[in-house]
Amino acid sequence: MRSAVIIAAMAVGMIGGIVTDGMMTGMTDQRVDAAIANELSNIQIQNPQFLLNNEIKYLIPGSDTIAKKIRGYREVKGVSSRLECQAMASSANAGGGVTVLGVVPGNEVDVSDIHKHIIKGSYLDDKQRIPAVIGKKLAGKLDLNINDKIIITLADTSGTITSGAFIIVGIFKTSNDIFDVANVFVRKKDLAQLTGLAPQASHCIAIRLKNNAGTEAVISKIKNDFKELINGKLITVRGWYEISPLLRSMVEMMNMFSFIFMIIILVALAFAIVNTMVMSIMERTREIGMLIALGLNKRRTFTLIMFETLLLSLTGALAGLAVSLLIVHHYAVNGFDLGALGEGLNSIGYSAIIYFRVNTGFYLVTMIMVIFTALVSTISPALRALKLQPATAIRDNTF
Amino acid sequence: MSIIEAKNIFKVYDETKVPVNALNGVDLQIDEGEFTAIVGPSGSGKTTLLNIIGGLDLPTSGEIYINGTNIGNLSAGKLVDFRLHNIGFVFQAYNLIPVLTAKENTEFVMVLQKRPKEERKRKALELLKAVGLEGKMDHKPGQLSGGQQQRVAVARALASQPKFVIADEPTANLDSKSTNELLDIMAEMNRKYNTTFIFATHDKRVMDKAGRIITIDDGKVVNDEKFV
Repeated sequence: MRSAVIIAAMAVGMIGGIVTDGMMTGMTDQRVDAAIANELSNIQIQNPQFLLNNEIKYLIPGSDTIAKKIRGYREVKGVSSRLECQAMASSANAGGGVTVLGVVPGNEVDVSDIHKHIIKGSYLDDKQRIPAVIGKKLAGKLDLNINDKIIITLADTSGTITSGAFIIVGIFKTSNDIFDVANVFVRKKDLAQLTGLAPQASHCIAIRLKNNAGTEAVISKIKNDFKELINGKLITVRGWYEISPLLRSMVEMMNMFSFIFMIIILVALAFAIVNTMVMSIMERTREIGMLIALGLNKRRTFTLIMFETLLLSLTGALAGLAVSLLIVHHYAVNGFDLGALGEGLNSIGYSAIIYFRVNTGFYLVTMIMVIFTALVSTISPALRALKLQPATAIRDNTF
Repeated sequence: MSIIEAKNIFKVYDETKVPVNALNGVDLQIDEGEFTAIVGPSGSGKTTLLNIIGGLDLPTSGEIYINGTNIGNLSAGKLVDFRLHNIGFVFQAYNLIPVLTAKENTEFVMVLQKRPKEERKRKALELLKAVGLEGKMDHKPGQLSGGQQQRVAVARALASQPKFVIADEPTANLDSKSTNELLDIMAEMNRKYNTTFIFATHDKRVMDKAGRIITIDDGKVVNDEKFV
């Protein structure tokens, strides 16, 4: 019974730690992956003046040349040169501030996954007439549907307020309502015409990589290849974590929460094991007294108790690991539906269905931490056993 | 030749609170090959004396020599080691390790002594045969009767090749038949291996088998009688 308690405590500790981390990591990684895929890309290049005051005159010099060179990097999946303007979007019923992104559809689909999130209509193409793709949240706000007109009002290159009508050809929905309500996608050539900019002008070069983990390395490469432009403050290169420091902070915060939660689990586990092992030694006072009387010295007595805990904790940890693997795999494939919380989560940029994710190394680290905690927790009860006097222990009648 | 020599042994429990004088100046010598019973009423000090002779407890004052070694001068670690190689124990109850078989229990002290595997197996078999439990070697304590468990305890006590065996009320929990069987085995072991046996007992049947009876009362030896 006592052994079963320790094994169960270890297993539950393992499962609690791993499954919670799987959920938090899945949630965080999904948010980051979605942000990179739909909103930020891995890397963006802009004119530093454009970042300061958002005036459309601050363009990237030689953007086509830059884009072409970066497209040749083997780590790069896609490069898209964009125009980016702050505007008012309005319908007959309502209006609101938006960012209008003028994109080349053929390039944009290699950088952004918005085309995969179209829920009504279709994505932009070259054949349509002044098309626009908007988010479901914005469509709801402006009460617009497919084939309706959306009026975009902005300041052109001369500073004059100008308007243009676009026809909604597609409505998308991502897991981030904030993004959906604030962004409108149009063709670059249409936006250029509206603003008076040259068709090849760009405010932003968005870069998507084949592997998100390679972001920093590619940034270094770009900074090296375009040293003069960067040193001359004509362009600035930023990774997603610089574009959205809030997202980066969120990732770090979730990692901290996961760590704290693990510590709480380990502390609870330690208490459970200390209590169980103290009871175990008290119950076996006579047996331990007899062993000491026969000739089991302190070193061997201590080792006996510690080894018992090691075997039990190993069994429990392995059992916990097996169950954790099953749970994590199940929810990694099928997702964990947060149901009623879904709408609320979307409003802050999170998906309602979480696909668990655990780094392989974390399983081993958790096992080691759990076993280590069990062993450390057993030291005090083991030292207590060493203090037993055989003459009195043999006659103990407590249990 | 004396293998045990106790000189002016005093033992006081709870010295700082209400002192209990368990032994009040005990002197005795026990020779090799003796089959000795220490008898006395409850609280007379016989268990205390046995614990001190067995190195499970130390006297408050006085000296105890086992085979010429003053065990009072040994460190705690050396005392444990001394017990392992010189003294065998048969307790009143909870003698055996419940998860080990009779053979494994008998081998246990030899494992602690780091004796080779083949020697352990051979000796365990020999001893279990000697105590009449050859057919129960692979039984665990839960599958043995009280008397059989005590016989395994005797085999284990002798397995360490001790100078003497301490048995504290070994027959207290046994019926008449088991008691007689156990005593016969112990007497046989005493004859066969010339191992000294020292009992603390109330049991008249044990006293009847003993070659020497030391009577203790109020922590003092009041009578010491040898029988041929």
